[in-house]
Amino acid sequence: MGNEVAILGVGMHPWGKWGRNFVEYGIEASQAALGDAGVGWDDIGFVAGADTIRNGYPGFIAGSTFSQALGWKGNRVASCYAACASGAHAIGIARAQILAGLCDVALVVGADTTPKGFFAPVGGDRPDDPDWLRFRLLGATNPTYFALYARRRMEMFGATEADFAKVREKNGRHGLSNPNARYHKAFSVDDILGSAMVADPLRLLEICATSDGAAAIVLSSMDYARRRTTDPVQVAAISTVTPTYPESVIEMPNFATDSGAVAAAPPRPFRDAIAAAAYEEAGLGPDDLDLAEVYDLSSALELDWYENIGLCKEGEAERLLNDGETTIGGRIPVNPSGGLSCFGEAIPAQAIAQVCELTWHLRGQAGERQVEGARVGLTVNQGLFGHGSSVIVKR
Amino acid sequence: MTTKTRVPAVEGWFTIDPESPALVGTRCRSCGTYAFPRETYFCKNPECTGREFDEVELSRRGKVWSFTNNCYQPPPPFVPRTDPFEPFAIAAVELAEERMVVLGQVADGYSIDDLAAGTEVELVLGTLYEDDDHEYVVWKWQPVAGKGA
Repeated sequence: MGNEVAILGVGMHPWGKWGRNFVEYGIEASQAALGDAGVGWDDIGFVAGADTIRNGYPGFIAGSTFSQALGWKGNRVASCYAACASGAHAIGIARAQILAGLCDVALVVGADTTPKGFFAPVGGDRPDDPDWLRFRLLGATNPTYFALYARRRMEMFGATEADFAKVREKNGRHGLSNPNARYHKAFSVDDILGSAMVADPLRLLEICATSDGAAAIVLSSMDYARRRTTDPVQVAAISTVTPTYPESVIEMPNFATDSGAVAAAPPRPFRDAIAAAAYEEAGLGPDDLDLAEVYDLSSALELDWYENIGLCKEGEAERLLNDGETTIGGRIPVNPSGGLSCFGEAIPAQAIAQVCELTWHLRGQAGERQVEGARVGLTVNQGLFGHGSSVIVKR
Repeated sequence: MTTKTRVPAVEGWFTIDPESPALVGTRCRSCGTYAFPRETYFCKNPECTGREFDEVELSRRGKVWSFTNNCYQPPPPFVPRTDPFEPFAIAAVELAEERMVVLGQVADGYSIDDLAAGTEVELVLGTLYEDDDHEYVVWKWQPVAGKGA
């Protein structure tokens, strides 16, 4: 203990396909977070930016880009890229600055503007880049990998396409009243099973879209926060672990797993290890959770996460879902925000948005989707190239 | 019909032996761990600092770990074989000796209806795409027991 920092303020720019410059979204989210925190831009000593890879130089150097946009004032900055996990890594950088006593208040921000369609690798001929080669040699898109995991659940645990559709149905319901979500539509299981097959067994409505959006958080030392509020929401843990060799699950954008021929299997597979590191740091466990925001890149992947974060044993996720335990009002609501199903992914903002959502629930400010009495929540996600991300917040 | 020159779609990743093609990986001279694609510089096993690797042909047979059907045309640099696009299957295959899982397209003429977890498959060469003069070939996984197994 003693490694907590306070979440003073959170803010988002609604997700959508707005077609504007990502910096504008970042400004709106930052202004919202500063307003929510009750601090001014002048109070921010450090800015951590989560990089977008799609918006050229200014995107790659998000810390200074957002600082310039908000008005240069000589604060310190950092920029980081960890694919889908970028936001959590940026929060981790800001936390370290605060815990080291180098600043009192920090702003974390991530924003993205996305093109339509499948994620494609950066252009040009790059035959040494596995992310380029997997498209050229295999035609393996991101949904290809999601589908391999989904089919594996069906083969190993008897999961059905209807189970996957029920995840999507739940998240559609959860997101209906979320003002920051992009999609506000409830789909029936039949609607979902009637949508086009994209990567068998996953259908169009079960694969997350790409969106524009931004999220920001104002973090401070506990001392600073306690001068302003009596019971701040706290960051209890941030896990940014990599896999441990040999990784036995095939991961984007790889052609093969590591070899387990001579090296002993790690104590936990990667996705289990991400949350385990957060639990260990927080001194908490799955039984302490009141809610979770998990990365439903596909409907089926949400079920994997139930097991990876310890909500149930391997092979039991479908039962948890079908018993209503992960619905708002159930024992452990998952993705009360509506998840990526309702947001689509704005990569550098998404892990920050997950923490914003938990913060609103812990403060009792989540409106119709409120998880009553929430005191502890966990986010989890995984970024391309071996980037883990899990944040535990508590009150 | 003219005969096009068969060339690998990528250099050095597999042998183009028409009878028994194989993926070419490496084995670390210090610790013996396998890698695919080839390791060329420093062993990824954290217990090892090996820098020398032997090129080895990987097992030509394995068992399906999972599989999918790509129903939509992937974006470039994927090069479609046909217009309109025809869906194709991809399998993740466990190699017993190397204890690793390797992806590959499923051989022409086979679909996900021919696959289940544990289905035995064999490495074959097949067309990835063609241009006026060349047929670009790549490794594919083919069910050993044939169709509908």
